[in-house]
Amino acid sequence: MHDVHSYRKPSPGSQPDYLYPPYKSTVKRAPVQPLVLVPQTLSEITGPVFGRNEIAPLDHDLTRQHQSAPLGERMIVNGRVLDDGGCPVANTLVEIWQSNAAGRYRHADDNHDAPLDPNFTGCGRTLTDDAGRYRFVTIKPGAYPWRNHHNAWRPPHIHFSVFGCGFLQRLVTQMYFPGDPLLALDPMYTCIADERARQRLISSFDWENTVPEFAIAYRFDIVLRGRDATPMEK
Amino acid sequence: MNELTTASQTVGPFVSISFAPSLAGDLTVQGVSGKRVVLHGRVIDGDGAPVGHAAIETWQANAHGKYAHPEDFQEKPLEREFRGFGRVMADERGAYRLVTIEPGCTPGPGGVLQAPHLVVVIFMRGLLKHLTTRVYFPDDTHNAEDPVLKLVPEERRATLIARRVATDANELEWNIVVQGKDETVFFEY
Repeated sequence: MHDVHSYRKPSPGSQPDYLYPPYKSTVKRAPVQPLVLVPQTLSEITGPVFGRNEIAPLDHDLTRQHQSAPLGERMIVNGRVLDDGGCPVANTLVEIWQSNAAGRYRHADDNHDAPLDPNFTGCGRTLTDDAGRYRFVTIKPGAYPWRNHHNAWRPPHIHFSVFGCGFLQRLVTQMYFPGDPLLALDPMYTCIADERARQRLISSFDWENTVPEFAIAYRFDIVLRGRDATPMEK
Repeated sequence: MNELTTASQTVGPFVSISFAPSLAGDLTVQGVSGKRVVLHGRVIDGDGAPVGHAAIETWQANAHGKYAHPEDFQEKPLEREFRGFGRVMADERGAYRLVTIEPGCTPGPGGVLQAPHLVVVIFMRGLLKHLTTRVYFPDDTHNAEDPVLKLVPEERRATLIARRVATDANELEWNIVVQGKDETVFFEY
């Protein structure tokens, strides 16, 4: 019998609560009963493993999925997926989705009066390499209005979905851009108590990976729950 | 000094543009043995209203109780075709449907067997971080000794056990109630 190698809890203050009334939809969707604390078992420390053969060559390049290039400012988004001990999370699936440059999603429910771009779907996927690195080429998403409160605008963002090594590392988050005045008014951003944890959602200008005559790069590192020092003794 | 973990954020209303092309709603692929089950139900909010377009992901062992993962060291058969990962979207009426096989028992803490179950995570607009729960199978004799079910207050355990639908022995119904009466038990680890 092998004891499972358990995961640490997320850093205190780094995660939002389920209920955050300024984000109105949480009011009827946050559980009111307490969560039940249970031990980590083989069922949660494991999770889906994805292979290179599941990723098409252009899945990471959102600017080359159609006949022509999409409108907007081309950019590179790159970074690393790490655990909280600084170890790279290798060969893990990273999925992204975003609005187009005008702030419109290619989704039937998006009623924002902004043009769709026939050359932009807004979805990408890739696997991290052995050092936990990933890289996407895309265009800068636009801000868009939503009906949460009066004159509410979502700051430009990219949704990230990451699997990690086990289901306990599963994370969906959003990446923002530096210097955005909309962030301070955005309940998605302000729902996080720890100021440093908020800052972690803001990408940084990445001159080193900016490609001359092609595109500016932004860096966005993602930190998942790490492992306890030794396998749990029972 | 540990790095600060990245905050969870909601998937928002448009997650299906990303998840829909990679749905995994039928795990009964050729080469995978086990009893076929159809798990279906609704996602329901605090008003008792259906939650449209929620994303549901499931993770499970095969019929022998083996996970397709390098950290499962059990000496049990594992079909090459078996992955154990399900991903479905609820429709606009909050209804979801997953076709899979009934998993076997898996090892739990201290060598106690866990009853057959699926780990389930749920994402939706209005949820700032995903919910994690489990679904168990009705009438399974192992449920009574399951080390996780035992930690759930008795009056709430039924929220984690799928119900048999009389018309078809393979059909199981399980609703996910995120808030309110009969709220599903969600876990923290």
